[in-house]
Amino acid sequence: METQELKNIASQVRRDIVRMVSAVSSGHPGGSLGCADFLTVLYFDKMKHDPSNFTMDAKNEDVFYLSNGHISPVWYSVLARSGYFPVPELSGFRIMSSRLQGHPSTDKGLPGIRMASGSLGQGLSCALGTAETKKLNGDDSIIYTLHGDGELQEGQVWEAAMYAAGNNIDNVIATIDYNGRQIDGDCDDVLSLGNLSQKWQAFGWEVLEMDGHNIDEIKSTLDKAKSMTGNGKPIVIIMKTEMGQGVDYMMGTHKWHGSAPNPEQLVSALYQLEETLGDY
Amino acid sequence: MIEKINIEVLGKKDTRSGFGEGLLEVGKLNNNVVALCADLTGSLKMNAFENAFPERFFQVGIAEANMMGMAAGMTIGGKIPYTGTFANFSTSRVYDQIRQSIAYSQKNVKICASHAGLTLGEDGATHQVLEDIGMMKMLPNMTVIVPCDFNQTKQATIAIADHEGPVYLRFGRPSVPIFVKPDANFQIGKADTIIEGTDVTIVACGHLVWKAIEAAQALQEKGISAEVINMHTIKPLDAKAVLDSVAKTGCAVTAEEHMMNGGLGDSIAQVLSRNTATPQEYVAVDDSFGESGKPEDLLKKYNIDTPNIIEAALKVIQRK
Repeated sequence: METQELKNIASQVRRDIVRMVSAVSSGHPGGSLGCADFLTVLYFDKMKHDPSNFTMDAKNEDVFYLSNGHISPVWYSVLARSGYFPVPELSGFRIMSSRLQGHPSTDKGLPGIRMASGSLGQGLSCALGTAETKKLNGDDSIIYTLHGDGELQEGQVWEAAMYAAGNNIDNVIATIDYNGRQIDGDCDDVLSLGNLSQKWQAFGWEVLEMDGHNIDEIKSTLDKAKSMTGNGKPIVIIMKTEMGQGVDYMMGTHKWHGSAPNPEQLVSALYQLEETLGDY
Repeated sequence: MIEKINIEVLGKKDTRSGFGEGLLEVGKLNNNVVALCADLTGSLKMNAFENAFPERFFQVGIAEANMMGMAAGMTIGGKIPYTGTFANFSTSRVYDQIRQSIAYSQKNVKICASHAGLTLGEDGATHQVLEDIGMMKMLPNMTVIVPCDFNQTKQATIAIADHEGPVYLRFGRPSVPIFVKPDANFQIGKADTIIEGTDVTIVACGHLVWKAIEAAQALQEKGISAEVINMHTIKPLDAKAVLDSVAKTGCAVTAEEHMMNGGLGDSIAQVLSRNTATPQEYVAVDDSFGESGKPEDLLKKYNIDTPNIIEAALKVIQRK
């Protein structure tokens, strides 16, 4: 897909995000805005998938797991905009009896979601399981994951990292949303992540880095990562992002991790984000 | 003249070996069955499966959280994962992983837990989980099964592959009498009435079923007719079996190798209190951790042995 087209989709996704969280005065806009470009490129240009015919089993399809489930607004928007469910359903976000739960779940049957997430640190393990099943089934599809950087403080991530390299899991492409911020402040102040690239390398992973707001770079890095699958090693992309990207007052701070804009702030946010595909 | 209760004993074996044999068997019957183990292959008797189906066996190392997440992920694409480790590491260590990735996500994972309860013995309280039935039965979507002997553990291991949804299967380490027939038809959620009686109902699970049989035999000699129900499925509970029995007997004793809080006894109490007020006595561990010792000595010390069931039966009959 053309870069400009992807930019247009990402702009609409960002509008969806701020409108969804503002409508219910809750949710996580900061990380959602930061991952809008990545998820747009992944779902609209790189993943092998069939949005109109969602199956839990994902036979011969790529699979995506959102391990940092709190950025559900960006995922819901991308899923709806790519055809998994009707776009107007985005208005149900965080409302009782809706399929769009605060954190992603399977129990309400929202197409596109195969695993609940929200309690952090679990998505990479789930991806490895699916990776092993795909190998057993002779299915050469890829499993993609997204993780928060603060999420890497969870020990289970490193259990999974060790397993993947030790067992030559080479059909997984993990991406880290490296925005350097978490609820209580900068990651460096809360619990330093140290040298992330070296950590993953030491665990036996192929490490790529990219700018998470440069559509062309996301495209080329994902292409490179895909070309590296099947070579006996797991792949991680450390994606540099800005929390709150696209809305000036949400950038440069951790304060919009889990806070929603009020009606006046929403107007200001929407003024900065072009409506390209029509609001829901 | 009182008729003697006769239960045929077919041998003596550990229930974990029943799991090992059942796993091999279900692996032959169903190509989708895969097994994961966290560095306890020998202890769980999973070697036979590993040797027969090396490509379907996944050694994850000492990383139980990752094992549970992987098992959940393996179901995407149709596999039926059986996880194997000690009961403590199958539950309390990984409760949130089970809660989110397996129970809430409705994944078809079979959590197989050995060395449950005090009869783990000498390793002591760090490994003797007595809270696992409670933890697991509280999770929505979870089925909880506690078979009583080698044959039933083998049968349950095979049966759960055909049950769509998460299952917790609890078994143990000590060698215990085998009395379930090798060709018995194990049905999830259907209690087995092993001995029929009219004076008191004894509902037991796991290793305590044999103790309940011993207690019923001793009570018979005192002229008391005890009904013994093997409640191998704690959830979903066979409430009808309990209510039908207490309609005859008017009182109940529950017996389990588990904490009194949250175990089989509480499940039975819930059924009774919501249907028909019935005196009940608990034979269970009373708000205490275990300790090192020989399995049989520990059952005595923690008051979950045959004499405790007899005593509870005599007491509950007085309360009618």
